[in-house]
Amino acid sequence: MGYFSRFAVPHPSPAIYASMIAIAVTVFLIIAGITYFKKWIYLWDGWITTVDHKKIGIMYLISALLMLFRGGVDALMMRAQLAVPDNKLLDSQHYNEVFSTHGVIMVLFMAMPYIMGLMNFVVPLQIGARDVAFPRLNAVSFWLFFMGAMLFNLSFVIGGSPDAGWSSYFPLAGNEFSPHVGTNYYMISIQIAGIGTLMTGINFLTTILKMRAPGMTLMRMPMFTWASLTTCIIIIFAFPVLTIALLMGTMDRLFATKFFTITDGGMDMLWANLFWVWGHPEVYILILPAFGLFSEIIPTFSRRNIYGYTSMVASMVLISFYSFLVWTHHFFTMGQTAYVNSIFSITTMIIAIPTGIKIFNWLFTMWRGRIRFTVPMLYCLAFIPLFTIGGVTGVMLAMSAADYQYHNTMFLVAHFHNVIIPGVVFAVLGASTYYWPKMFGFVLNEKIGKLAFWFLVIGFCLAFFPMYITGLDGQARRMYTYSEDTGFGPWNMVATIGAVCMAISFVLIVYMIYYSIRNAKKEAVSDPWDARNLEWATHTPVPEYNFAIIPQVNSREAFWDAKYKGHPLFKGDYEKIHMPNNSGVPFLMSLFFFALGFGLVFSMWYLAICGLIGVFICMAHRSFEQDHGRYISVEEIKETEAKYGGTHK
Amino acid sequence: MKTKWALFVVHFLIAFVLIGCDKIAVLDPKGPQAQTQANVIWLSIGIMSVIVVVVCAILVFVLVKYRDSKLPKDYEPPYIEGNRVVETIIVIVPILIVAFFSVVTIITNNKVEATPQAYKGQDPLIVYASSSNWKWHFSYPEENIETVNYLYIPTNRPLEFKLYSFGPITSFWIPQLGGQKYAMSDMVTTLHLAADEAGEMMGRNANFSGVGFAENSFYVEAMSQDDFDDWVTEVKETAEPLTEEKFQQLLKPGHLGQLTFTGTHLPFSPAPEGEHAGHNHGKDGPKADTNGNQEHDVHEHDTSTS
Repeated sequence: MGYFSRFAVPHPSPAIYASMIAIAVTVFLIIAGITYFKKWIYLWDGWITTVDHKKIGIMYLISALLMLFRGGVDALMMRAQLAVPDNKLLDSQHYNEVFSTHGVIMVLFMAMPYIMGLMNFVVPLQIGARDVAFPRLNAVSFWLFFMGAMLFNLSFVIGGSPDAGWSSYFPLAGNEFSPHVGTNYYMISIQIAGIGTLMTGINFLTTILKMRAPGMTLMRMPMFTWASLTTCIIIIFAFPVLTIALLMGTMDRLFATKFFTITDGGMDMLWANLFWVWGHPEVYILILPAFGLFSEIIPTFSRRNIYGYTSMVASMVLISFYSFLVWTHHFFTMGQTAYVNSIFSITTMIIAIPTGIKIFNWLFTMWRGRIRFTVPMLYCLAFIPLFTIGGVTGVMLAMSAADYQYHNTMFLVAHFHNVIIPGVVFAVLGASTYYWPKMFGFVLNEKIGKLAFWFLVIGFCLAFFPMYITGLDGQARRMYTYSEDTGFGPWNMVATIGAVCMAISFVLIVYMIYYSIRNAKKEAVSDPWDARNLEWATHTPVPEYNFAIIPQVNSREAFWDAKYKGHPLFKGDYEKIHMPNNSGVPFLMSLFFFALGFGLVFSMWYLAICGLIGVFICMAHRSFEQDHGRYISVEEIKETEAKYGGTHK
Repeated sequence: MKTKWALFVVHFLIAFVLIGCDKIAVLDPKGPQAQTQANVIWLSIGIMSVIVVVVCAILVFVLVKYRDSKLPKDYEPPYIEGNRVVETIIVIVPILIVAFFSVVTIITNNKVEATPQAYKGQDPLIVYASSSNWKWHFSYPEENIETVNYLYIPTNRPLEFKLYSFGPITSFWIPQLGGQKYAMSDMVTTLHLAADEAGEMMGRNANFSGVGFAENSFYVEAMSQDDFDDWVTEVKETAEPLTEEKFQQLLKPGHLGQLTFTGTHLPFSPAPEGEHAGHNHGKDGPKADTNGNQEHDVHEHDTSTS
């Protein structure tokens, strides 16, 4: 038994045992279900080996929704624990594990894949391309993210979850103060997912720069494509820093190096710096695509072109640049001089300027428009005031003298949820409702969607506004309990009620999907919203090759012009289309990564070495493989197009 | 109907500003540094509320006026590229606000990072505040006494806290006296505070440091210099001396009540500053503290002239 004792959760509770059983039962049911319905081949051919950006996008979205559920349950547990003073629902260690995994999952395994999924689905369609530049690499990216997420979630039932916060500051995260394997999971699973993200960045940068339809100059690109482009640039510059920081952290934990230790010349502040040199740009990696999505939805439902296109683009480029100059504001209190703090205060506040420009541009886009209150639009409309509040509290936090009072408090927690939820979560929820018909061929139920929206918005306000107050009253973040005489009790109860409303909203969203699958009219409309950009010029469901003929672009809104100004979008005749072949290697390689990661977490070197060799074999296989893709013949294209009622001209 | 939530948000903000008046710790300062910070917070809340109100007002106006159901059937929105004047305004106004805040932030940063203006020239009380899992040790080197988990301070006199940690990074925070600063194991950070009036206050570690973090707080009492001197005399008469052995026991992870000792741990377990700093490599000369003040003694290794 000695060998297996390493897998025991160091601090078990009924909840963990229940989860073990639940996970075992779910896995069994999934396997049994797939076998019973004979879906293994469908799953392997249709999804696991796919290199199609649309399918990969959808897989990202499904994973993100699952992770939203996991992270949301974590959030509910925290709120339940904090609802009343001196609560004994969770003990300190559990609370610490719960907030650590909540943070990591929500940022890295929910928000990131959600954004990546939408990028995957939308960007190639939006630029009139047939796939991304490196389809196989795209599959590798997805599977690496997926395996990273699975490895991270495994920590809950095998070996114990990380407990040093999502920022995992050393020396707290070092072996001395966090001896169980939780932080190993953190280092290694984020590393694996992070490599995937870095590849996505390179892939989409290349795609956007090299594969746009003829006539689509940089300054004619749709806003979401611009947002994705700037995001990719941030990813490419920021993620290598994370890679190295995690590598150093892993070395410290597994091989007793001294990068971040408090003895022998290690430097704990170095981790904080490296983490936030990645961590702050990471926030913009999330928010810029969200801005892009709002910039798609608002013009469509205002029936107007985006106001101030040039300034929108310029502000995104500026934000991506400034995002690298502000990391020190995460630790104004680490003892820098007033001079250093002043510089970083000012750079931080400067970011508010381009962001403010965008807010006003969205408002002016609606001005003189024709506003329809659909579900995606409602998310945008709630985003504007709520994100403004989040943004201005950000400026308040940026003033370092005052930050000494906000730092590490619930005020800060309120602030970043106030930008991430109305910013990122509203964007992805709105965008998934918006793009749903393109993905699945039917519109989601509007009534349930609106109900879910109201629960989410009201729940959000109730959950997070009270935290501004308790934060200023001295409630530090990450405290698993507080005493009655602090007076935090009533406010925390309000916040918990808000969290419950948000949970109801999530349930309603799931119900909306279920209800719509059963009841919605499957009309397969290609353009249900009367939208403006090229992704809507495709058929629904989108054929494998996206566009039978590559569209001709002559303005910023080529599809709109084609519909209303007689612009000929598809010129010429069908030609045979070159497409990449499916491959199981990306999946296999990610499995090897998983084995490598699991081996490293538990210092099981044989497993780790086998995993690593497997990874290299997969790479070698790719290097020597002769795969030149395949062609879709003109006849086949004609047949498919006829089925959809012909190519619109 | 759709404007309801916008109004809700505005109402909430107003309520938020009104509630925040007396009871909230940070906005109920008892010392000059906390006062400076509370002023900055109020100023920024004020200006920021105006921005939020303006955005909400434009939003409500647009939504009311240009909603689909209210427009004539044949209304077709125009194509508008942008407007130089409007775009200049939405650039210039934020720049002005940020410029104003930049000036405010530079002035206040220098204020909170120095001895409070009102008490300049007075001899500060130096307290070495160090954290260990999950306690605070307060050493008064001049008085030669040490306490655990409680802090007595004289009013109307500058206080200089020298912060460091015997474990994970912690953050020393007394909201009513002023903002927090990190305590770390390999260097000493300095926090300048002062208390204007006598009274009891809450102090705590604000930076997550493991299992015992929530209870890692301490009791603070500000009293007149005379009372403070009386207390010091009393401690010297009644308290046990702090031995190295005893101190090693105190450092063990766990929680302790309030303890008092004569003597400090500094002679046998010196703070990580000067030659004891974690990154003192012997040639870099004295480290500037957070103020930029070169107040440490030039130590014996310092022979280079750079």
